[in-house]
Amino acid sequence: MTDNFIETRLRKRYSAEKRFKIYSVSALILALLILATLISSIAISSIPAFTQINIGIDIKMNDDQILQFEEDPENVSWRSLQKKSFYSMFPDVETRKDKKELNKLLSTGAYIEIKKFYLDNPNKLSDNNIIYVPASDDVDLLIKDIIDRDLPQDMRTISDNQISYLDKLISNNRIKKTLSWRLFSNSDSREPELAGLKGGIVGTLLTMFVTLIISFPIGVLAAIYLEEIAPKNKFTDIIEVNINNLAAVPSIVYGLLGLAVFLNYMNMPRSAPLVGGIVLALMTLPVIIIATRAAMASIPPSIREAAYGVGASQMQVIVHHVFPLALPGILTGTIIGIARAAGETAPLLMIGMMAFIVDVPSKITDKATVLPAQIYMWANNPERSFEYLTSAAILILLVILIMMNLLAILLRKKYERRW
Amino acid sequence: MLLGLSFVSYFYGKRLIRRRVYEQKISQHSRDSYHGLYLSLYLIIPSVILTLIWLASSPNIIDSLLKSKIKNSFPDLSLGEINILKSKVISAYDGILPVDSEQMEMLVNFYNSANIISTNFLIIISALVSVSFFLFALNRIRVRFNARSKVENILKFSMILASCVAIITTIGIVLSLIIETIEFFKIIKITDFLFGLQWSPQIALREDQVAGEGLFGAIPIFIGTILITLIAMFIAVPIGLLSAIYLSEYSKPKIRAIAKPMLEVLAGIPTVVYGFFAALTVAPLLRNSGASVGLSLSSESALAAGLVMGIMIIPLISSLSDDVINAVPQSLREGSAALGSTQSETVKLVILPAALPGIVSAILLALSRAIGETMIVVMAAGVAANLTFNPFESVTAVTVQIVVLLIGDQEFDSAKTLAAFALGFTLFIITLLLNVLSIYIVRKYREQYD
Repeated sequence: MTDNFIETRLRKRYSAEKRFKIYSVSALILALLILATLISSIAISSIPAFTQINIGIDIKMNDDQILQFEEDPENVSWRSLQKKSFYSMFPDVETRKDKKELNKLLSTGAYIEIKKFYLDNPNKLSDNNIIYVPASDDVDLLIKDIIDRDLPQDMRTISDNQISYLDKLISNNRIKKTLSWRLFSNSDSREPELAGLKGGIVGTLLTMFVTLIISFPIGVLAAIYLEEIAPKNKFTDIIEVNINNLAAVPSIVYGLLGLAVFLNYMNMPRSAPLVGGIVLALMTLPVIIIATRAAMASIPPSIREAAYGVGASQMQVIVHHVFPLALPGILTGTIIGIARAAGETAPLLMIGMMAFIVDVPSKITDKATVLPAQIYMWANNPERSFEYLTSAAILILLVILIMMNLLAILLRKKYERRW
Repeated sequence: MLLGLSFVSYFYGKRLIRRRVYEQKISQHSRDSYHGLYLSLYLIIPSVILTLIWLASSPNIIDSLLKSKIKNSFPDLSLGEINILKSKVISAYDGILPVDSEQMEMLVNFYNSANIISTNFLIIISALVSVSFFLFALNRIRVRFNARSKVENILKFSMILASCVAIITTIGIVLSLIIETIEFFKIIKITDFLFGLQWSPQIALREDQVAGEGLFGAIPIFIGTILITLIAMFIAVPIGLLSAIYLSEYSKPKIRAIAKPMLEVLAGIPTVVYGFFAALTVAPLLRNSGASVGLSLSSESALAAGLVMGIMIIPLISSLSDDVINAVPQSLREGSAALGSTQSETVKLVILPAALPGIVSAILLALSRAIGETMIVVMAAGVAANLTFNPFESVTAVTVQIVVLLIGDQEFDSAKTLAAFALGFTLFIITLLLNVLSIYIVRKYREQYD
């Protein structure tokens, strides 16, 4: 009787143990699965954006145009050159409406490619050239089989006529798929087939430069003071409480601060990396301070005492011994903080860094946008091609951030010392 | 150029002391490099400070100069017209607008010369300041001069200054939020804001439009935030806590070494990416699966935003509770095992109670992160303020409203803009309280083992 009772209870306890273990394993697996889903879904939907469809046009300049070109390339009417050459490849297309449809196969920025070709190859002015120009985004999606050509005509954005023109181009071998380098060489554009990330990447670099320049020295100096020098008193306590609270303030509140103080009160330029950098620096400051303090606290007191023992002053102990030994830890913390700032969007929306900006910024007071803000804008764009572009942009951002984090991990691994 | 000069002065100071030590044959107080540093710091710091102050203040001064110039030359313009003309002149100076009239040219020239004078003045003044400070420093250094402690004092002072930046930031945040919030409550009654049931801040574009007031009852927004946050916590707390328990109690070190960094990757993903994931993958998925069982889900449902926000919070909870669980001393585990309890009984009856204050504080921190999270809700939740607890419907959140109110419209005195600051202030207070509470819980209830 008692044996039986104990045995059933034991069995129950063991099965409870097993159940609990299964729950906790499945929680972890679920979390990792979600991570895998997130990254793979974005990676898969970014694939179409990394290639780009080009259409080859047979172009021959006439004598007038060559003359105009030799005077000044801006004088040549590139658009009409593009149109005329393209129409002459389809002699049976006659009505205005059809010609318009035909021209819509090409990107609106196609003529820029033609102009670039002639500027790069001035010796080919009088030749018959095949110049490949970007196709419009609908053509792009159709050839990548994302738009289904078997759908009835009014359910797709591309007409039957246009498909027949395309088939002719395909049979003439005038369609070429290339890697879309323009993702890195072009700036933002309303046309998905021309839009690139250069503006966002440069903007992010400028903003991070400002952030680093402000937050690193201030953060390190403050951390050294708090960890090594500060007397234990009320003032120090206030600073410490403040830093801990700042670390938990929502990032959008920093955006409000930037808007009210830097833009409205100090009249700094809107949408500029300068203001964005300052706001992000204030946000990163607690991260750097906390990391620096942790790195310095892990330096054993014997090092300090040995330095004092040979007559070093407090500053000499810090500058010559503690700081250099803590530097790897400090740099790790800084890189992680900067990586977090580089992915931040909300405070930058507040100070106008998500405007549609075509020019690549060249100084920290220019109007600029950053990579995450560009992702946000593209994600809001209803055109279908932008969905793939957004995924590609996210992938690029993630690669940059993961590389920064890897750098931090490597740094930690290489210089980590056990005292 | 200043930097180069300070380099030169550093080496000059070094050489100078070296030579004097030779000549005077007495032992020096500080090493050569401190004398050099002393010189170069005195050369560079005052003029850098001066330049910063100048750059911060001169645009405003030149602006007001231009304004008074316009006022004098066109006495019959109204204040608004003066401002418009002023911005025209500035954009003409930047080359954006063409200079089309004679008056315009005069004003642009005036603005141009004011700028040039200001720059020249700055250069002369800062050169003077630099030189005089440099001479002063040069006069003071001697062989027996205590250059080291002077340099160290400058360094220490700059450290104290850097520590104060944290305080200044806090003061800046609080002041900027409070001032705008008070302005807002001058227009809208505070009780209407806190207890009003309707939120429609769209102010009429024309004067004669009906309902031009805009309604600022924040309850629907608060409810929306609470709903989304609750869904997020409902996802994140069990998953995060259980994975932390597995990682710290059950897993082999090898699995831990792989899984922990993976969770950290999850924590490092920018929130805009989660927002995109919520809006383009999770929301349609939920809507379709809802439709297949006969539920009609809004495409901006609270559920989608909450789910993804929960995913974002998981690593925060798991890494914080992992730390807390690891801090429970090993002797407790061994004692419990010696009494014959299974591992899960140890976890449930010994470790979790011991770690509870830390876990609660981790959850509170995660809660405050979820409430302040912006991008996920901006991209996946709705804009219209519906007063509902139904997770399948579209709700809005505090952070969404701040973004919506502030993008585009930049009139600083409109109730719409001020409302965003009032919301921001509420957000700040709530997250601050949650933080203070979490620190308090840890301090009060933490048991000190061994």
